[in-house]
Parts: sequence; structure tokens; C-alpha cells
Amino acid sequence: MLKRALENLGNRTIQGVWRMGFATRFFFAVLMHSGTAFRRFGLTIREMYFTGVLSLIIILVSGLFVGMVLGLQGYETLQTYGSEEALGVLVALSLVRELGPVVAALLFASRAGSAITAEIGLMKATEQLSAMEMMAVDPIARVVAPRFWAGVISMPLLAALFSAMGVLGGYLVGVQLIGVDEGSFWAQMQSAVDFEQDILNGVLKSAVFGVAITAIALFEGYDAPPTAEGVSGATTRTVVTSSLAVLALDFVLTAFMFRGLN
Amino acid sequence: MNKTVLDLWVGLFVVAGIAALLFLALKVGSMNTVNAADSYDVVARFENIGGLKARAPVKSAGVVVGRVDSIQFDTELYEAKVTIRVDKRYPFPRDTSAAILTSGLLGEQYIGLAAGGDSVMLKSGDTLKITQDAVVLENLIGQFLYGKAQEGSPQ
Repeated sequence: MLKRALENLGNRTIQGVWRMGFATRFFFAVLMHSGTAFRRFGLTIREMYFTGVLSLIIILVSGLFVGMVLGLQGYETLQTYGSEEALGVLVALSLVRELGPVVAALLFASRAGSAITAEIGLMKATEQLSAMEMMAVDPIARVVAPRFWAGVISMPLLAALFSAMGVLGGYLVGVQLIGVDEGSFWAQMQSAVDFEQDILNGVLKSAVFGVAITAIALFEGYDAPPTAEGVSGATTRTVVTSSLAVLALDFVLTAFMFRGLN
Repeated sequence: MNKTVLDLWVGLFVVAGIAALLFLALKVGSMNTVNAADSYDVVARFENIGGLKARAPVKSAGVVVGRVDSIQFDTELYEAKVTIRVDKRYPFPRDTSAAILTSGLLGEQYIGLAAGGDSVMLKSGDTLKITQDAVVLENLIGQFLYGKAQEGSPQ
């Protein structure tokens, strides 16, 4: 009984370490074979269409609604302290620092990450990747690396669009609907939001999230068992793992970026 | 899908993303980090800075003219040494005074500069001679209570 439990634990540990090592080697292999992704940039642009452009609708609409809700809730809270004018600061800082990068990354993980895993997993299951290798085409350089760079480039742009839409949503609700003074809404926002400390850090965060999400999605797809069940399991794992990775990385990055600020 | 249509969409996407970044940079935030090249540093010493923080605004007549660059504790004089970075566009006379003020009742603290009448202008590395410390609420209340107690005591 005890022996069985120990064996089980040992087996799981070895499997875990092996997978981690494989994932790291896979990640470096993608980086090493990235030359094609830039030399034949058309490949990357094609993938940017599927990961970036097709995610636009969900990102823009969610950004708008998140900003509008922030405007409503922020107004309710700030009103009790008689400082409705700070609504702009509240909306902009929470979007640019946290909600923009994080919520956009979570949406990106479920919209684009799952699609990447399913696609690569199915390519592997139908032996398209092996066929490429047979024809002396490196599947990592031809299939994986362009998707990786497309995700890394798309993510910061999507997060910036999310934040911008959110600020517009907050403006629509706060100024147009509720009637907060327009001048102080923008002026207080501008004096509180710093380009380097807030906006650039937000962009940096989303770039890191982009690397994490696409790397996890590609690895899960590449590592998926070549069955229908395996691909579906890998797709689920992509969404769960990359969402958790985004939230954990967000904590670490925030601790580094904003701790020593004041 | 046609390759040119695809390229067009990706191009639009990238342009929209960069436009959003520009919107954030120009309309939401402001590039208010004063550049080291277009500014000069002056030092002001205070006995008490209250809640002043690095990067707090420096205002004159209510207009932001610079930022607090760093705050250090001077172990020779046991005073706070505040380095202020002022925009080069705003030269100040040498006898300018600095005071730590609060915006609103509970707002952030900032440094207010009041220009003097000297014909010589401040240059980088100068020290402001006249400074006024931050008002500490506890001291103020203490003084008020002390004054009240004295009023009430029999002569």
C-alpha cells in the first residue's frame, strides 16, 4: 500500500520534471528557429490575422464594457467622498496598470491560445508535422515559431486597445451619462497617469503575458497525445495553465514594478 | 483568404494598436517625466517634509514647473535634503522660496515655489535659502490644545 503510494508519487515527480525539461527545451528550440518567422514575415503576418485580428471583436467589446462598469461602480464609491472628479484617475489607472493587460491576456488565452493548441495538436494527430519533417521542412521553424511571434506581437497591441476602449467606456458613462465634469475628468487623469511608470509598464506586462500564453499553448499542442481525447485535454490545459500563469506572473511583475514607486 | 486582404487586416490591426498606445500616451497619461536634458536641479533643505514623496509635483502659481527628483536625509544637519528638477523653460530668481503645501484638505503634498526679486537666476546645483516646512497636523492640534488650556487656566 505504502510502496504503491510512493511509486505513484515518484512516477508523478519524474513525469513532471521530464515535462518541464521538455517544455524548456521546446521553448529554446522555438527561439533558436525563429529566423524563418522573420525572414519570411508573411508567415507571421498570416498568424497575426488568426491570433490578433480575429480576437479584436471580443477584446474591444469587453474593454468597452469593463470601462463602463468601472465608470458606474467608481462613481458610486467616489460620490460618497465627494470626489467624483477622480473618476478619470480611477478608471485610467486601474485599466492601464492591471485590468487592461490581465483581462486582455485572459481573453487572449481562451480565444487564441486554445485555437493554437487545437490546431497544432490536430496537425500532430493527423501526422502533418511528421510529413513536414519527411520533406526536410522543420515544423518548429515553419509552423511553431511564426505562431509564437505573432502572439507576442499581437498581445501588447490588444492590451493597449483594451485599455483605450475601457477609458472611452468610462468616459461615456462618467461624463456623458452621469455628468462628471469633462475637464477635470481628463485633467486629473493626465496628472495622475505617468507614461513611463504606468503605460509602459502595462505594455511590458502584456508582452510578458503574450510570451507566456503562446509558449504554453504551442507546447501543449506539440505535446498533445495524437488522439481526439488528447487534443481536447490539451486545449483545456492550455486555457487553465495559461490563465494561472498570467495571474501569477501579474503578481510578480506588479511587485517588481510598483513596489518601490513611492 | 486572399493574401492582400489578410495583409490589409493585419495592417489595420497594427495601426489601431499603435493608435491606442498613442491615445493612452497623449490623452490618458502625460509625458510629465521631466527630461534631465531640459531641466536644472536645485536643492532645498527642510526640517520636516511631512508626507512629500519623490516625483511629487513642483508648482509655482499653481502651474506644474517640475518634479521632486529625490529625497535624502542629511546626517550632518539632520535635515531632509530634497532635490527638485525644474523645467529649463522656467528660470527662477536666486532668492526663490520653497514651501511644502497640500492640495486640498487631504490631497497629495507638493512643493510650491514663490519667486523672489533677485536679478541673478538659479542654476543647476544651487540651494534654496528660504524654505517652509510641511504643516504637521498633530503639532497644529497640540498647539491649539495648549493654547486653549492656557486660556482656560486662572491667571
